[in-house]
Amino acid sequence: MRMWLGQHARAAISALGQLRRKPGGSLMTAAAIGIALALPAAFLLIVDNIESAMSGWDGMPTASVFLALDTPPDQQAATAERIAALGGIQEVILITPAEALAEFQATAGMDETLAMLDANPLPAVVEARLTGRLDAATTERLMNRLQALPHVEEIRLDQTWMQRLDALLELGNRTIAIIALLLGLTVTLVIGNTIRLDIENRRSEVEITKLIGGTDAFVRRPFLYTGVWYGLAGGVVSGVILVAGMQAVSAPATRLATLYQSAFQPAGPGVSGILTLLVTGLLLGLFGAWLAVGRHLATIEPQ
Amino acid sequence: MIRFEGVGKRYPGGNEALRGLDLHIRQGELVFVTGASGAGKSTFLRLIPLLERPSRGNVLIDGVNLSALRRRRIPFLRRRIGMIFQDHRLLHDRTVFDNVALPLVITGRPHQDVARRVRAALDKVGLLRRERAYPVTLSGGEQQRVGIARAVVTRPPILLADEPTGNLDPALSREIMHLFEQFNQVGVTTVIASHDLPLIEALGHRRIQLHDGRAA
Repeated sequence: MRMWLGQHARAAISALGQLRRKPGGSLMTAAAIGIALALPAAFLLIVDNIESAMSGWDGMPTASVFLALDTPPDQQAATAERIAALGGIQEVILITPAEALAEFQATAGMDETLAMLDANPLPAVVEARLTGRLDAATTERLMNRLQALPHVEEIRLDQTWMQRLDALLELGNRTIAIIALLLGLTVTLVIGNTIRLDIENRRSEVEITKLIGGTDAFVRRPFLYTGVWYGLAGGVVSGVILVAGMQAVSAPATRLATLYQSAFQPAGPGVSGILTLLVTGLLLGLFGAWLAVGRHLATIEPQ
Repeated sequence: MIRFEGVGKRYPGGNEALRGLDLHIRQGELVFVTGASGAGKSTFLRLIPLLERPSRGNVLIDGVNLSALRRRRIPFLRRRIGMIFQDHRLLHDRTVFDNVALPLVITGRPHQDVARRVRAALDKVGLLRRERAYPVTLSGGEQQRVGIARAVVTRPPILLADEPTGNLDPALSREIMHLFEQFNQVGVTTVIASHDLPLIEALGHRRIQLHDGRAA
């Protein structure tokens, strides 16, 4: 076990040494990998931030529950309380017919038209604000329960634009998944090709090592570690790009949020995000190296 | 120690390098293999560490039939055989020390043990003071001695040398051959392919003459 660890440590360090011997090329490869990793991560971060900004949106979504015209005032209040007691409702505001009429008169400037009417034609309305954004099934169930309450005549839930937003975010997430897949493939190919060239350049070393009894695993190991180091370095580069990018957009984003009277603060990748990037880079590096090594090393036999 | 039984080797294209070679080299022997170019000397040496497999016949090393040896086991066979080449086969981006250490590193020896053994091997070939040098800065004879140090550093039971003095002047050649004699004296079975007949005659060890793919 100690010997095995020693062999791995030696391979890891020697692979690192090989990279240090040609810093220019290594840095360029790491940068290419870093940018390829940073792009999908940045998109993901943007969508996450939009989602969290929207979920904290004030005053939405609200269901307008219209009560029957003949509902007596005490029943209006009782219905409002019953609605408030339902799960998924954060707060209710009862707008009595009189209040509605007053508001209508004030805003619409239709005093004369309204004066012609004998009675107040407006029903009582309970504005029920839902607790955050609910999924379609939960919303449906809530609507059914509201409809079943006595005196309730009609419900209007303005969720069209919520649904549009959801659809947009879904589209965004799908697109990011595809981009991430393609760029992940790019990283794998970049590393695979770099390792393939590396093997070609060190052909005589591979031959001599096999000649004096190096096992396939021994010959493979430094190249796999080279892939791991490339991937890890790419992860570090992408982390730096993301953090720097966040710094750059943080102030304007906060200002925009203030203009919309939102307390929203853009969130960065965080420690777990950076760790995910590093691990992703490492695994892609290992995978790319494995592909190159598997195809290539077996064909090199000592002459 | 090394036994060939009716070994034939035909290369793709029809060239037949060995045609039914029978021979036996006992443990602790020092044997010269001679013959004209194309007589099969190199092929003979390459079959022992399984750099190639015979087309027919059996090669037995230390009682093990190599035709039954699986690919995965080949590295462990090669670790028991020290090999020396005319073109040295050194790694030019590594120091003399690192070149000689490679066989020990492959077997995962602890660090202190590696340093001790490498210095002992370099001392044996007289290059202890050049351990930090790179092979290109050494003369041909010195490079060959680095190759020998690398071959013996693991103290293998078998030593194979393919034209080890091919590019060296007579004095250096004699020096190298004396080194092989010293290793042989501590029990290493040594096989040297060479066409330096005057030197071989002078040393007076067993000689296997190959002719047309057979032992003459």
